[in-house]
Amino acid sequence: MSSITAGTQGHGHDAHGAHGAHGAHDAHGAHDHPPFLAHHFESPQQQFDSAKLGMWLFLATEVLFFGGLFVAYAVLRMRFPEVFSYASHYLDTIMGGVNTAVLILSSLTMALAVRFAQTGRKAAMLICLWLTLAGAAGFMVIKYFEYTHKIHEHLVWGTTFYVPPDNAEGQTEATELAKEPPPAPLGVTVADPTQPALPVLAKVPATDAAAIKPAARAPSGLASPREMAKAEGIKTGEGTTGAHPSLHLEDRKMPPNTHLFFGIYYAMTGLHGVHVIAGGVMLIWLIWRGMRGDFGPKYYTPVDAGGLYWHIVDLVWIFLFPLFYLIH
Amino acid sequence: MTTINANPDAILDTHASRDNYLTHTRGFLSWAFTLDHKRIGVMYLVGVLTAFFVGGIFALLLRTELLTPGATITADPNVYNQWFTLHGAIMVFLVIIPSIPAALGNFILPIMLGAKDVAFPRLNLFSFWLWMAGALFAVVALMRGGFDTGWTFYVPYSTTTETGGVIPVVVGVFILGFSSIFTGMNFVVTIHKLRPPGMTWFRMPLFLWALYSTALIQVLATPVLAITLLLLIVERAVGIGIFTPSLGGDPVLFQHFFWFYSHPAVYIMILPGMGIVSELFAVHAHRHIFGYRFIAYSSVAIAIFSFLVWGHHMFVSGQSPLINTLFSAISFSVAIPSAVKVFNWTATLYKGSISLTTPMLYALAFLILFTIGGLTGLHLATLNTDVHLHDTYFVVAHFHYVMMGSALIAMIGGLHHWWPKITGRLYNERLGSLACIIIFIGFNVTFFTQFMLGSHGMPRRYYDYQPEFTTYHQISTMGSYIMASGFLITAWCLLSSLWNGERSPANPWGGRSLEWQCSSPPPHDNFPTQPRVGDCYDFSCVVWSEEENGYVVDRSLDPELNPNAPKRAGAH
Repeated sequence: MSSITAGTQGHGHDAHGAHGAHGAHDAHGAHDHPPFLAHHFESPQQQFDSAKLGMWLFLATEVLFFGGLFVAYAVLRMRFPEVFSYASHYLDTIMGGVNTAVLILSSLTMALAVRFAQTGRKAAMLICLWLTLAGAAGFMVIKYFEYTHKIHEHLVWGTTFYVPPDNAEGQTEATELAKEPPPAPLGVTVADPTQPALPVLAKVPATDAAAIKPAARAPSGLASPREMAKAEGIKTGEGTTGAHPSLHLEDRKMPPNTHLFFGIYYAMTGLHGVHVIAGGVMLIWLIWRGMRGDFGPKYYTPVDAGGLYWHIVDLVWIFLFPLFYLIH
Repeated sequence: MTTINANPDAILDTHASRDNYLTHTRGFLSWAFTLDHKRIGVMYLVGVLTAFFVGGIFALLLRTELLTPGATITADPNVYNQWFTLHGAIMVFLVIIPSIPAALGNFILPIMLGAKDVAFPRLNLFSFWLWMAGALFAVVALMRGGFDTGWTFYVPYSTTTETGGVIPVVVGVFILGFSSIFTGMNFVVTIHKLRPPGMTWFRMPLFLWALYSTALIQVLATPVLAITLLLLIVERAVGIGIFTPSLGGDPVLFQHFFWFYSHPAVYIMILPGMGIVSELFAVHAHRHIFGYRFIAYSSVAIAIFSFLVWGHHMFVSGQSPLINTLFSAISFSVAIPSAVKVFNWTATLYKGSISLTTPMLYALAFLILFTIGGLTGLHLATLNTDVHLHDTYFVVAHFHYVMMGSALIAMIGGLHHWWPKITGRLYNERLGSLACIIIFIGFNVTFFTQFMLGSHGMPRRYYDYQPEFTTYHQISTMGSYIMASGFLITAWCLLSSLWNGERSPANPWGGRSLEWQCSSPPPHDNFPTQPRVGDCYDFSCVVWSEEENGYVVDRSLDPELNPNAPKRAGAH
């Protein structure tokens, strides 16, 4: 057999001809296999290209993963345009805008980290990775405040949306309702799930609705709830436990099916939040490996691939922000 | 040895050595944490075949219940609903989708490429663990009270049914989806980046083209299923309303999402089967595959078409007539690349020197069953006949001809083809062929009958039926028993070879692709060096060697390398 093995050298791929000299079961010489090169790759370039292609494929799956949600958003918005232009007022554009800025900045620091890894500036790379991690954490903190605020105002998903939080009995009722929706013919939308709840819950404000000044920014005669609250002299309850935390329940202009907006809002931003958290874990791993000295001009594949992932998380938010916050 | 020495194609040590991938390391952990694609493939194979056994038991229970109208073995129709749901969910998500790519593909793909492993071995192992986790969730679902939604999980039934296992099983399928995505990513990158010098795209074995097309679908379609299932879980758990009509949501949207994945998934099942059959016909007819490029391109064409036809599952769900017409037309066009393949396989047999081995018998069975399955698909793609046939046994028969009669038959044919390579043992050819014939007969008795049942109006998924359907149902049930006995013989034939089968030579069938040029079973690293690649369908230089008791590749006979080579049968 040795003659056969020796005969291969002339035929081998020119860069790898030397492999033939090794034994049958130890074909990977240490001399051209640096420690970061996995045994089944022939060259660092091949390994890098494979990782990069793999990451791009993964990004394609992420795009399709969120793509399903974007389609659901489009279908709901097409069916209930009034719900979207109304309910969007309840989102805090300032917080959303700050979060957008935070994410874009973190994308910049991530891109810089990749560059510093390529040029071998370890300290600068680590600082940039830390900054990116801070961006991820900052985003989640702001998101946490947004969510708690919404939940406090009872801007939630499903039938619970129509039940004030202090109405414990109604809550159980709503949960039961969610479990067993009344039979409805397929494809036909039941007009208004608010109907059973409203007569009991809605206290008609003393001020005549016609007297409310139209909100400056609200199109098609829809009042901004905050403007309306001001006009009615109701405390908005922002950040405080006001007497009327569930403002929307008293708004007679609220279109039916408004809960759907918050359903898709929590679904999309929630899934995005999960991705941000995953990105944070990834950044911690990159920092740990970076501190260990794994990365340099010859090997920075994980930083590069991690950067790609972080940019797609950023990119998804770039679409989410205008679609939810900036449509009124 | 002189012929081998003159033959750089046979640079590889084809003699089975004591140190192969099975014996390289020992112990449970060396398997559970292995990064070797061959071991992962074998573990998948064991898992998939076990799931196939379980799913088969449920199929037999179903058929037995349908022996007589009314109650036969269970008086509770809800139990029957759980059985067909389990049969469908297990067979689709745990068996057919992973069977060829994850089990056989994992084993064969890197060896066929002449690579040492897939591009991401850790991801490969992770994807196997995900498969195990998914299977575990299915078991949890059973313990939580089962599920009776059908494998399609249509809303609003799936969000309201009383059975407690819906969320666990949907979580399980979600996890299985990621297992499938990671396998697909791995294969795409492996085929792009790990091909050896000389193996251009159009010198790849057709099985690799098929796996490549499959992997693209796995990567691009499965995420949509993942998000759909995630929304279904949230919908059932807290009722966000996107799919629930009583909350303003749209249940047809769920169907669109579901079939946007699940129609391409049908091609995840059948495309690798087509790839296997391309190998089987060429190798066992010892003849160059006819129309190589057409078969390769048609795989890609099917992959592309697969994304454009999902609406044909919803002709009666209230789509607009225009959309129905478009989906119908595109569905018809899938017949073109499929027929291109069938004609090319048939032409490959023409003037071939056909060995009626067990794999060849399975390939012939595939050819017949796939033709029937494919042509009956045209009835369902036609709008007006579909309104009549929708949700009848005609549909059941059609997709069993394609998913079982084609995809699974190809998988079992491939299993016989590569069994000597995987295990290093030869099975009993007579027993294997006998089992194949029994399965073929049993299959047709079971499912051809169901075409009649369906066209006479028997709806699918029904526990009870009108007495006039009794004879058909009984014939169908008898067929399923025949088929089951065939599978038991197959299992005995393959398993017994592990103990008393003859040792296999490196190349028992006369194949030319690279996996036949390493020993059986292959060594841990597959190839000591990257092998050189010739035309993998040129069998003119594959000659029988008494010394090896198998075939060897004699390069001096290859007209491509030696223009003076005498022209022999089997050359292109």
